[in-house]
Amino acid sequence: MKKLLSIFAVSVFAFAANAGTLDDVKNRGFLKCGVTTGLAGFAAPDDSGEWAGLDADMCRAVAVAVFGDRSKVEFITTTGKSRFPTLASGEVDMLARNTTWTISRDVNLGFEFVGVNFYDGQGFMIPSSLGVSSATELDGATVCIQTGTTTELNLADFFRLNGISYEALPIETNDEGKENLFAGRCDVYTTDASGLSSTRAAAADPGKWLVLPEIISKEPLGPLVRHGDHQWGDVVRWSLNAMIIAEELGVTSENVDAQKSSNVPEVLRLLGVEGSYGEMLELAPDWAYQIIKQIGNYSESYEANVGPDTPLEIARGLNALWTQGGILYAPPFR
Amino acid sequence: MRSNFNFFSDEKFRSIFFQTLVIGLFALGIFFIVQTTAYNLEKRNIATGWRFLSDPAGFDISFSPFINFKSTDTHLDVYFVGVLNTLLVSFCGCIAATILGFLVGIIRLSSNWLLVRVAYIYVEFTRNVPLLLQIILWYSILIQLPRVKQSLEFLDTFFISNRGIYSPRPIFENGFSYVFIAFILALISSFIIRRWAKKRQDDTGQQFPVISTAFGLIILLPLFLFFILGSPMSFDYPALKGFNFKGGMVIRPEFIAMFLALTIYTAAFISETVRSGILSVTKGQREASASLGLKKSWIMRLIIIPQALRVIVPPLTSQYLNLTKNSSLGIAVGYADLVHGFGGISLNQTGQAIECMVIVMATYLTISLTISVFMNIYNRSIQFKEK
Repeated sequence: MKKLLSIFAVSVFAFAANAGTLDDVKNRGFLKCGVTTGLAGFAAPDDSGEWAGLDADMCRAVAVAVFGDRSKVEFITTTGKSRFPTLASGEVDMLARNTTWTISRDVNLGFEFVGVNFYDGQGFMIPSSLGVSSATELDGATVCIQTGTTTELNLADFFRLNGISYEALPIETNDEGKENLFAGRCDVYTTDASGLSSTRAAAADPGKWLVLPEIISKEPLGPLVRHGDHQWGDVVRWSLNAMIIAEELGVTSENVDAQKSSNVPEVLRLLGVEGSYGEMLELAPDWAYQIIKQIGNYSESYEANVGPDTPLEIARGLNALWTQGGILYAPPFR
Repeated sequence: MRSNFNFFSDEKFRSIFFQTLVIGLFALGIFFIVQTTAYNLEKRNIATGWRFLSDPAGFDISFSPFINFKSTDTHLDVYFVGVLNTLLVSFCGCIAATILGFLVGIIRLSSNWLLVRVAYIYVEFTRNVPLLLQIILWYSILIQLPRVKQSLEFLDTFFISNRGIYSPRPIFENGFSYVFIAFILALISSFIIRRWAKKRQDDTGQQFPVISTAFGLIILLPLFLFFILGSPMSFDYPALKGFNFKGGMVIRPEFIAMFLALTIYTAAFISETVRSGILSVTKGQREASASLGLKKSWIMRLIIIPQALRVIVPPLTSQYLNLTKNSSLGIAVGYADLVHGFGGISLNQTGQAIECMVIVMATYLTISLTISVFMNIYNRSIQFKEK
């Protein structure tokens, strides 16, 4: 039904969505950002009911870039299935929803991935009492899997490649997966490794669950927008890049004011002291300064939401800067 | 001016004019929707077409009792698996709902106070709670069953856990085909005997024990042959190996939840239809047949039910249609029906939303119209035949 509605919505909202999304957002006064239905560390309401997480920060960063105010976001929850029609129909301005960048989504679905805010890979979680230490020992197991995801396809490939069998139990949301795994309806839950860490952290007794060492796919997760609106794509892309560049340059939410009088030219360009990059994007001159001031740089967002000191305990790994052994890399700010 | 006035005061012209106008506007509306959709799809660079149907699906479907589905099969195969699963749960649901519905409907007219109350509460409760909630309720009960390693055992052959009900699977060996042929022959000859007996009764008034003869033919004849041929059948027993039971047959909790919810929900409506049908037969009919000295069970079977059916069948048809369409709610518990597999996963993996939805809608339309056709034929056969 939702899909059907979206199809109609596509035709009805056609003209509204064709105008520049940036102007639409400015006129509306707030950003509509599509997120998950709740995945701790990425996008989930915190104790005070505020949306928090790496993806939620991505949404807030764009809101800050446009309005200079981190609260001007409406978070719209989407399932693995509803996310694309929701974006295509113009119901949301962007998705920051653990979405893997693939060629078919980029090309065939008419979307534009603007970058990667988390490098992930698909893993398996099992009860430690199962006595399994590798995914290749899972012959005959029942596997809970979120439908409509790339993980569903990777799973079929992995088992086919290893010549072992499994039974898929299709589920719609992460919560449903959790419920079925904890009830023993399935032996294994598979999704992105970060999602597994998040699920494990939410279990009553995290020690009873084990994430297997195999990572069977590459899952670059990133924000995406509708294809064709390049101005809006640039705004989202550079909101993300600004956070990464800020980390690279050592600019944090705490020292950002002091950095305004830095002698490093790129810092001055980033903070809007020199150059007119804000104008080029049709944003305020200090848009990137505001992002760093109100949200923080990439590292701050990472450490606060998914890093080793959070319940998720995910080490930086691939998500460290390219200068520190990872592959996080943003084009130069000039 | 004058001629114009004349035109509109002409009833025939007026009616044709307005009908044409309405049809024209409707066609224009459809045209507008199709145009805008096509325009927007192109504008958004969303590829369209039917080529995706022959692409490999890339995912697995574990519930496919009729087709052996592999991830290398195409999206078209996903479609067939979905159609068969939809038909399976709808068919089982319609049969069970009819039986339960007739029972409850008759119970509600009985004179047993307790039974009437229980039936009343059942009908009112299930009719007034949304079906989706009932499906989820059944499913959450079923997944609270023991885990697979602690399955409930019955005689070492049946195992019940939250992964389903495992039972032995019959394996037919050489010679079993004779038993099957005997069964079919018995079925056909029972029909012939029934016709013959009816004709004989019409002609001579003599009766023939059709039911017991048919029973003997259909059950005892194949059974006799089965033992004569030395029981040409063995069983494959389920056994716990590794993570799951291997071998045997399994009925999944997703199917059971759908089947129970659809049956129990629809049977409540059917029971009301049956009750109204029986009540529509006037009291005089019952009294007249009683005064002829007919037995109570005969009055029901020969006088009341045939007349009640005329009232029951048309609404019963729409209950069958409802049940079939409601089976699309299987998506809530992961039952791999048409909407879940082809209209959900395939749609999502290929992004061909419009194509998939058109196919799914056309399929439901076809299924519904087919049910209607058969029910209409049946309805015509039970109508009054003027002589």
